[in-house]
This record gives sequence, C-alpha cells and structure tokens, in this order.
Amino acid sequence: MTETLKITNLHVSVEGKPILRGVNLTINRGETHALMGPNGSGKSTLGNVIMGHPNYEVTEGKIELNGEDISEWDATERARAGIFMAFQRPMAIPGVKMADFLRHATTNVRNPSRKEGEELIPMRQFRKELTEKMEQLRMDTEFARRYVNDGFSGGEMKRAEILQMAMLRPKFAILDETDSGLDVDAVKLASQSIAEIGGDQMGILIITHHDKLLDQNTPDFTHVMLGGKIVETGGVELAHELYTDGYDRIRASYPEAAVAEQVMAEAV
Amino acid sequence: MATDISQDVTVGEINKYDFITPSHDVFKAQKGLNPEIVAQISEMKQEPAWMRDFRLESLKIFESKPMPKWGGDIGIDFQDIYYYLKPADHQGKTWDDVPQEIKDTFDKLGIPEAEKKYLAGVKAQFESEVVYGSLQEDLGNKGVIFTDTDTAVREHPDLLREYFGKIIPPTDNKFAALNSAVWSGGSFIYVPPGVHIDFPLQAYFRINAEQMGQFERTLIIVDEGASVHYVEGCTAPMYTTESLHSAVVEVIVKKNGRARYTTIQNWANNIYNLVTKRAVAYQDSLMEWIDGNLGSHLTMKYPAVYMMEPGARGEILSIAFSSKGQHQDAGAKVVHCAPHTKSRIISKSISKNGGRSSYRGLCKVEKGATDCKSNVVCDALILDSASRSDTYPYIEVEEQDVQIEHEASVSRIGEEQLFYLMSRGLSEAEASSMIVSGFIEPLIKELPMEYAVEMNRLIELQMEGSVG
Repeated sequence: MTETLKITNLHVSVEGKPILRGVNLTINRGETHALMGPNGSGKSTLGNVIMGHPNYEVTEGKIELNGEDISEWDATERARAGIFMAFQRPMAIPGVKMADFLRHATTNVRNPSRKEGEELIPMRQFRKELTEKMEQLRMDTEFARRYVNDGFSGGEMKRAEILQMAMLRPKFAILDETDSGLDVDAVKLASQSIAEIGGDQMGILIITHHDKLLDQNTPDFTHVMLGGKIVETGGVELAHELYTDGYDRIRASYPEAAVAEQVMAEAV
Repeated sequence: MATDISQDVTVGEINKYDFITPSHDVFKAQKGLNPEIVAQISEMKQEPAWMRDFRLESLKIFESKPMPKWGGDIGIDFQDIYYYLKPADHQGKTWDDVPQEIKDTFDKLGIPEAEKKYLAGVKAQFESEVVYGSLQEDLGNKGVIFTDTDTAVREHPDLLREYFGKIIPPTDNKFAALNSAVWSGGSFIYVPPGVHIDFPLQAYFRINAEQMGQFERTLIIVDEGASVHYVEGCTAPMYTTESLHSAVVEVIVKKNGRARYTTIQNWANNIYNLVTKRAVAYQDSLMEWIDGNLGSHLTMKYPAVYMMEPGARGEILSIAFSSKGQHQDAGAKVVHCAPHTKSRIISKSISKNGGRSSYRGLCKVEKGATDCKSNVVCDALILDSASRSDTYPYIEVEEQDVQIEHEASVSRIGEEQLFYLMSRGLSEAEASSMIVSGFIEPLIKELPMEYAVEMNRLIELQMEGSVG
C-alpha cells in the first residue's frame, strides 16, 4: 500500500487570524510536489502546521497520515512517525554538538517508542553512518563537532538541514525555502544532495520561489497558493511559468483568493 | 504545549542521593554555641593554645557582627545546631580501616568509580572529620602535603600558622567568623616550588547528621612555579529541619604558580550554604575557581581572586541551578591590586519551577593598578514564568587605563527552539534538557570527566518532569 499524507479542507489560524482557508493536498510517498506562491500566501504556515507547530491552531479540516488523523499530535510524535521539515530559519542551540543532537534525533525517529534515558544507537554505528552521509554531502567532518546552527552561514544551515534529513530518512519531507539565501552553486549542490539521499523514496513538498531546486528534483505536481488556498495545480511547466512570469495571471484567474490575499496582507 | 509549573518535582528529583546511613558517633557534642562548647571542640582535637584562642576570639567577632544585608533571608537559629561531631576515633589510613557503613555511603555516592584511578589521592569527609585519606606515594616523595586541616594543625604547625586565617580573617564577615570559631575538617594542601600535580586531588564532603552544621576549613598553598587542581564535590541527604554549611577556603598562589579549585555542590533543599572562598595570586600566577551550585535552600557564595602582583590572572566560572524553594545568590569577585593583571568571570544560572538565581559580582581596580583587563559575562536562563533571575554587578574602578567589559543576558527557553528539537523526534523534556546542557556546556567542558558526567546526570535529574 502506498503511504499517503492527506490534507483535507484545512483551516488554520494564528492568534485568531485565519491564514489557511481550506487547503486540500494529497502527497503519496515517492512523489515530489512543488508549492509556490507570493509572500504571505500561507506556504510556510502549511509546512509548520504539518510539522505540528504549537502556535498554529487547526480550526477546521484534518491532516491524515496513512488514514490516521494526526492533527492533534505534537511535533515529537509526528517526527517519530516519519514527517520531517527542513526549516527556512533553523534555530541555533548553543553548546549542543551536531553529533549529540543527531544521535538523539536519529535514535528516537528509528525507535519511536523510545523513552527518555533509554539506550542510544551505538556510537560506532552512528559515527560511521554520519561520516558517510557527510562525505556524500561534501561536508567537513569537523561540522559534527560544531554547535547546532550556532554561527552557521546561511549555506551551512541549509546543508545541515539536508544532513538531518539524510540521517532521519523521513517518509514525508517538507523543504521550506531550502534554496533561499543560497547562491546558484549552493542551490545546485542542495538539489543534487536531496536527489542523492533518496529523495525519490520520500514524499516531498518543496516550498520555493525559484525553480532551481526543482532541476534535480522534478516535481510531479506544482501547486500555487494564494490567499491561504491552493488555487491551481499543474506539472513542472507551471513552476517554470511562475518563476518567469510571476503571479499576475494567477491573481486575475482567482479574484476571490486575490481579495483574501489583500485582506491578509492588511491584517498583518 | 502546556507547561505545568505548579507540580512539585523537587522530592523525586533528588531521591537518588537522598539516603541516610545510621549514625554511630563516638562523641556527640551538645547543641548550641558558647565559649565552653568552642573550647571543648578545641580540647577534643588536642589543639595548641593559639588555635583555641583563635577560635574563642572568632566567636566574639561572630557575636558582634551583623547578618549580611544582601542576598537572601537567613533564618537560622544558631543555638539549635550541633557544631561538632566526631564519627570515628581516628582517621582511617587505608581503605580497610574505613567503617563499613561509611563505605556504604560512599558506594551510594558512586565514589568508588571516581576512586579507581586515583584511589590513593582521594580524601572524603564524613560528618565533621576526615575519616579516610591516604596520599599517593610519589606525591609524598615530592614534598606535597595533602591532608585534613586538623592533622595539619598537629603535623605542619609552622606552615599552617603562617597562612591560616590570613586571606580570610575572622573579621571578614559573620560566617567567616563562625567558621573560624567552630571549624572542623577540610583539606590542607601544600605544593612545593616547581612541583606539578598532573591529576586532580579530590575530596568528597557530606553532611549526615540532622541539624549539624558543617564548617570545613580548607587552605591551599601553591609555591612558586607549582601547580595543582583540587576538586571538591558534595551531595547531601535530605532532612526536614534546616541545616547549615559554612566553609572557609583560602588559596595562596605564589609567583608563576597555577591553582584550579573545582566545586560541584548538590545540597538538599533545606541547607543554608554560606561559604567564603578567596584566593590571592602573586606575580604571573593563575587562579581559577570553577563553581557549580545545585540545590540548597539558600546559597551565598562569591569566590574571589585578589591579584596582588603584576601579571597575575584570575578566572572564575560559576553555574547556579535553582528550583522550587531554592535561592542561589552566587557570583564572583575580582580585585586588581597591581598593574597588568587580568580577570575573567563567566557566570551562568538556570532557574526553574519557581527558583531564584542571582548573580552578584564585584570587579574592583585599585589605585595604581594600571593596564588591567576584566571581562565579565553573565547569562541567565529562565525556564518558566514562576522563576526569577537578577543581576547585581558592582564595578569600582580607581584607574583610567583599564579595560572593563560586562555583558549580561537573560533568556527563556524559546518555543521555537523547543519546536525545532521536537520536530527531530526529541520529547519536550529531552529538548529542554538538551537546551539546558548546551547552556552550561562552557562550564562542563572544564570539569574532569567523572565530574562532567555527574554534573550532567544531576542536571538531567533536575530537569526530569519539569515540562510536559
């Protein structure tokens, strides 16, 4: 049976303000989806709410993983069930080494029923695997001894996110503007890396403004979000069109969503 | 993400160290404090007259001194405390001489692990007196003295008397006076010129009798070009009545010497921990205090370094963890008495579950002490809205040509940090615990391995059940 992440009529508010207004999206494992849309259309909100951010309130609709409603699960449970998000702005955790953090994370995700204080993956096995993945991503092994995202450059942060994804091997991954702040070469490397670590085994949702990240990860579907809704879905050609021509055609075609975009922009 | 800050986790979290070994004291002094009791302590210890007179004089000073006006409320009934207990007739010379019940206590504290490597170098204090201690042979051959202070009064009277009470005289403060009157135990260390001790000297301290004060007195003399690292760790069992711990630690670091004094204290929640620690550092020497404070009802402790001659350096790393019913008033003092001296203070505090942590620090540059540098960083981490953190930095500078930097930050565990870690499969408690460990990492990495492990375990115990 194909594993599925299914979002149905999802309405989400933050501090009482509606941001998502009825999102429908089905991602099967093995598929790549691109999510595009102007700033403030709700793309990152969708990513965060799928991951289980506590500040986002689901007011209507549901998120299902293989038929089970996970809307009430916390981020820990979702991560252990195989959902991952590469953050647009990953948080620094000073004093915590990448390797220690990743060893905990990897153990928990691979052994979802693990309780605090129980055994971690054997150090030797973990080290070996981490080193392999870092070589694959052309990262210096020194990286593992640095503190999580502390003093990382933009490019280093994004590569660290991809490294985490490589170690955690999620079923479903959201990449929230993993290409932002990267130069062309870095985007290319990131794009290749995602493909190399087995992106085709996952269900991937790539949130992006550009089409470069899509070069090596050709989307099966491209969705356009406007005013808190997915208004149009197409193939990879839609991604290229939006990158080249912008969103004027979309706004003209979906006036109701364009009005909602205005209202949401003014409410901020 | 509801955080229950009302639940009382303090009982469960120290359970691991909360045990009592039946006490079979050979001698038990009476409660309270007066010249007769002080004289009796001195007589029990068969001390020379000068020490008895020093004690009696100190008692007068104690009685005349007011309580400190800073810090926390000190609600101690000084007449309701035992000032001296003697658990065994004589100090054990070898491990076999140590009574079984004391060994059992050490087992519960995990001391044998720490001992495997440095068995002969370990001294431990059980109640008021050092009951076990032996010295590694090569240390003795090098002329190093590592003994309890009572023994030093008998066996090294001239050396001891030259420095005893000179760095911290009884007139310094009320609790220094109290310690001077009733002190018992503690370590005496002398490192001869040019001798480097390349493993830490260790002592464990432990209070084991209800309402018994512990007043150890430590004196460390590092002679020219010598070096030593002394490590002191404490865990105390929990009692319902209040207990007092008031130590005095004096350290002298001579020209080109180095001394590091590491303390990890994990007191039961009813203990008043009022300690005076001070070092003097001479030309081109280095004094380092590493001070970790967990538990206790009230801790007031400000390790100090007086830089007496050019080129002297003082470094103080301190960490305080306060939870429900606990107030850590901790900090550091650096006093630049000579030109070209340098100091650094790093203070980190964590407050949770209604705990209160205060940083109280002094940076003083005396007239004539030109070209001095001092760098102070204090960071506070607050885990919930019921907890509190304060910073009281005092800066007194009497020279122009100095560089003083002071940075302070207060942060709360961010929701975004928690979400980030949880999105990687960490539980909320695990995530908080990891953020806290990261916060104190700069201190942990300065500790000897077994203490780093112990400290991390204590922090984990403190963090268990703090969220969720």
